[in-house]
Amino acid sequence: MSLDKATVRNIANLARIDIRDEELDHLAGELSNIMTFVEQLSEVNTDGIEPMTSVAAMTLPMRADVITDGAQPEAVLANAPEAEDGFFTVPKVVE
Amino acid sequence: MASYILQGETGDWEVVIGLEVHAQVISHSKLFSGAATEFGAEPNTQVSFVDAGFPGMLPVINEICVEQAVRTGLGLKARINLTSVFARKNYFYADLPQGYQISQFDKPIGGEGELILDLPDGSTRTVGIERLHLEQDAGKSIHDMHPSKSFIDLNRSGVALMEIVSKPDLRSPEEAGLYLTKLRSILRYLGTCDGNMQEGSMRCDANVSVRPVGSTELRTRCEIKNVNSIRYVQQAIEFEARRHVEVYENNGTISQETRLFDSVKTETRSMRSKEQAHDYRYFPDPDLLPLVIAQDFVDGIKAGLPELPDAKKARFMAEYGLNAYDAGVLVAERISADFFETVARGSAATHDNGRAKPAGGRDAKIACNWVMGDFFAALNATGKTMENPPVSAQDLGALIDLIGDGTLSGRLAKDVFALMVETGKAPAVLVEEKGLKQVTDTGAIEAAVDAVIAANPDKVQQVKDGKTTLLGWFVGQVMKATQGKANPAMVNEMLARKVLG
Amino acid sequence: MSNLTDLTLAEGRDHLAKGEFTAVELTAAHLKAVEARRAINAFIVETPQQALEEAKASDLRRRAGTAGAMDGLPIGIKDLFCTKGVQTTAASHILEGFIPPYESTVSGKLKAAGAISLGKLNLDEFAMGSSNQTSAFGAVENPWKRRSDPTAKLVPGGSSGGSAAAVAARMVMAATGTDTGGSIRQPAAFCGITGIKPTYGRCSRWGIVAFASSLDQAGPMARTVRDCAIMLGVMAGFDPKDSTSVNMAVPDFETALTGDIRGLKIGIPKEYRPAGLSDEVAKVWDQGIQWLRAAGATPVEISLPHTKYALATYYIIAPAECSSNLARYDGLRFGRRVPGKTLDEMYALTRAAGFGAEVRRRILIGTYVLSAGYYDAYYAKAQKVRRLIADDFAKAFETVDVILTPTAPSAAFGQGEGTDDPVTMWLNDVFTIPTSMAGLPGLSLPAGLSADGLPLGLQLIGRPFDEETVFKVAGVMETAANFTAKPEGL
Repeated sequence: MSLDKATVRNIANLARIDIRDEELDHLAGELSNIMTFVEQLSEVNTDGIEPMTSVAAMTLPMRADVITDGAQPEAVLANAPEAEDGFFTVPKVVE
Repeated sequence: MASYILQGETGDWEVVIGLEVHAQVISHSKLFSGAATEFGAEPNTQVSFVDAGFPGMLPVINEICVEQAVRTGLGLKARINLTSVFARKNYFYADLPQGYQISQFDKPIGGEGELILDLPDGSTRTVGIERLHLEQDAGKSIHDMHPSKSFIDLNRSGVALMEIVSKPDLRSPEEAGLYLTKLRSILRYLGTCDGNMQEGSMRCDANVSVRPVGSTELRTRCEIKNVNSIRYVQQAIEFEARRHVEVYENNGTISQETRLFDSVKTETRSMRSKEQAHDYRYFPDPDLLPLVIAQDFVDGIKAGLPELPDAKKARFMAEYGLNAYDAGVLVAERISADFFETVARGSAATHDNGRAKPAGGRDAKIACNWVMGDFFAALNATGKTMENPPVSAQDLGALIDLIGDGTLSGRLAKDVFALMVETGKAPAVLVEEKGLKQVTDTGAIEAAVDAVIAANPDKVQQVKDGKTTLLGWFVGQVMKATQGKANPAMVNEMLARKVLG
Repeated sequence: MSNLTDLTLAEGRDHLAKGEFTAVELTAAHLKAVEARRAINAFIVETPQQALEEAKASDLRRRAGTAGAMDGLPIGIKDLFCTKGVQTTAASHILEGFIPPYESTVSGKLKAAGAISLGKLNLDEFAMGSSNQTSAFGAVENPWKRRSDPTAKLVPGGSSGGSAAAVAARMVMAATGTDTGGSIRQPAAFCGITGIKPTYGRCSRWGIVAFASSLDQAGPMARTVRDCAIMLGVMAGFDPKDSTSVNMAVPDFETALTGDIRGLKIGIPKEYRPAGLSDEVAKVWDQGIQWLRAAGATPVEISLPHTKYALATYYIIAPAECSSNLARYDGLRFGRRVPGKTLDEMYALTRAAGFGAEVRRRILIGTYVLSAGYYDAYYAKAQKVRRLIADDFAKAFETVDVILTPTAPSAAFGQGEGTDDPVTMWLNDVFTIPTSMAGLPGLSLPAGLSADGLPLGLQLIGRPFDEETVFKVAGVMETAANFTAKPEGL
């Protein structure tokens, strides 16, 4: 499967990774090769096979509804590149 | 209910509405973390590293949230899927620390159900529920604290939400309002969500499209997101439907978009930041195995369900002879319904599932009139709540008993009620203190009646000449003379007899 | 004691118990080795002060009679495990400066058992790679050298390259690694040491920077099978904070090393001997089969028909999961932020500057295969093929007790050698990936040397939660192989 530059741009946008124009061609080529490689799976007959969603044959364990966490604003904010008055801050979002 | 039709130049249009309600689950801790969920805490003080999406953090599901979702599904007569799957909904936003929301996609916990709309004319209409699923709430972005920065508080990040999706069965802003009111009522009855739209514990997205009357097609819809009051939902739908009609009548096309409702301008507008099509790339969350619940678990919850509004309303109509409107008003909130029943039945015993109580209750219609009339008026006037009412159900019941045994006339009872609201005292106490017993002594009443007749011969003549309505004035005078205590029925009878002969 | 840094974990444990030296002495000796061999760049962060303090505390515990299972033993922690108060980077610029306010469950258990961490070990960025050349903190050098060209720098394998190199170079007695598609086993093979990826769910993933959630597993890397058994016993165990953690008792893995494998059936999968398999690798595999036969086990040819699809399956599933797992690296709450005029610009610039080429490639592939219209053809398809791969193994285990294969298709190659083509680089994991897809335990141990004097490893794969049989057979093979070679100058 060949990925064109527009598709790569679109994926990069979905993934929020800036790609410079000069990188697009090479990247499109690399990704196309990878997709071509993985496409071999289409030759496998998987009729009637259930997808494997987990390795362990378990079901979801549940926990009790008790407050066991939180109350640690300093720790939550300690690594923030930018914070103010107990909030994380980011460039203003206009809706 | 008359159809909601928008008249355009080219013809008539009808509106197709589907509502998605996000209801915050009542639980102590969050859906996948042990942080607290209470509203109004200082920023970022109810945040686990899991909620903040730190490296290596993993979700573990809260059993009560699962229970609440099942409970809600049962309350909406929905199919409960014993196996359901959590999926990641991937997108980037400042209030979404993981870069994905854990939600449910292909296999939600609740399937199809229904909700009954109580129309104003007393009839009902059943609306379909498409599905119900559990998902994480996002944090809060505050955009107006700073000129160039947005402030992010993650307290809400990870709180459990139930997303309840209706089928596109609603056809008017009014129906939308009825749907939300009813849903909110059911959630509050179940104790699964407090339905507080101002605090944001219940939010509504409205999907709106229009089509020519009589058509069955479904045209492109727009989604109006996060509207936080029922009135705004109705206004937003009104505006949006008209917008669509105008576009179509001018030969334009409606593009599928997400819009916001501006309550100040009463209009919807496009969300600039979400103009790009969202590709959420849903896939089953590999940190979470499928959720499997036992039929026993579901049955246990079902057995413990309270009597819900529809059933309670039907029972109120059958058992107490109330009309649909009155019954509907009383059952809207469980606490009001219980209040009424305490007043009507004469005791404070519980009334779960409408189990019949022994005879000895009061006249239900009278109880209903008092609750819906004077009591609700007092509730409004005092600004109190049902949790802390101006008059207790026991006291109101006692007041009704005092009318029943002749101690008070209806009119006197109103005065006593006003005093009960003011002082908080029991009616019997107030009757004693103020000497408000009604006068039923024939002699005393006769004396008062005679006095008024004697003092107003000209008016007496007017009555004899045909102006019988003036008898009302006479009644008023007698009541004044007896400080309102005379038994009105006796006054009326005596006056009629003496004046008209 | 000639060389404290030559001791195994088991030996160190025994000598410490006898009081023949102190934990401080043992740690100091290893810290010296760390200094002396800094050039191989195995460490991202060294924590000598903390280590000596912990060693002192360890000696006190020993005197008080409260020493833990690994008390006083110097180890290294792969910089993918969040360590409280100590920088954790996942070898990425995007996490530079991140000081976790929490300790991962596994590294916490090792700490609680008294192990002494000398620092955070280098790896391929976000655990994505097979040669430790994608780290933002520079490549790691394999302490082994080619006989034919001792000046060439070789790769230690990856992604746990720093861990493998540090153990092989005797800078630490053991190290934690993680394995998603082979990242413990392959570097163990390249560096002539032993490493095991346990059954998926055996070790908690809480606090480990996630790469591919349905595949990641922590495991020990050390110089002997017994050492790995000791360390896995400490690392493993149910964790209620990890929903994929399995609630099963942890056996005493050391007691599995009985040395007796008579009657066991060893599966030899024919699909692991493709036409192009290197002669050397084939030879060492055959040698391994002989050793086990001589010890009383029976080799049985088996077929794992879907083997050839495992790589493609992995390179759909792992990137898909990682594209979502790495979305949280956005410069907002931790790590490096590149400012932007808008939120989206901040994200895009931060992530472009923060992620290396391999990570970026995998995120993009993952995003693509999950995107609208492609989910069924790729991700859903891959999950189905994955089940077929797992079923192949389950069927094989009806007739055999353990499976023996080569670990890697070659010995360690040179830094910068090999290829620009990502797919070709991925072929390094062709023997280890299927085990990961099925969630089975897989161990690699050194079985011999290549003609050029480089270690070659063999892999043993077991039934789910049957690490004991894997250890038992590995122990026997280790004795038979008698691999005493050491890297140059050690």
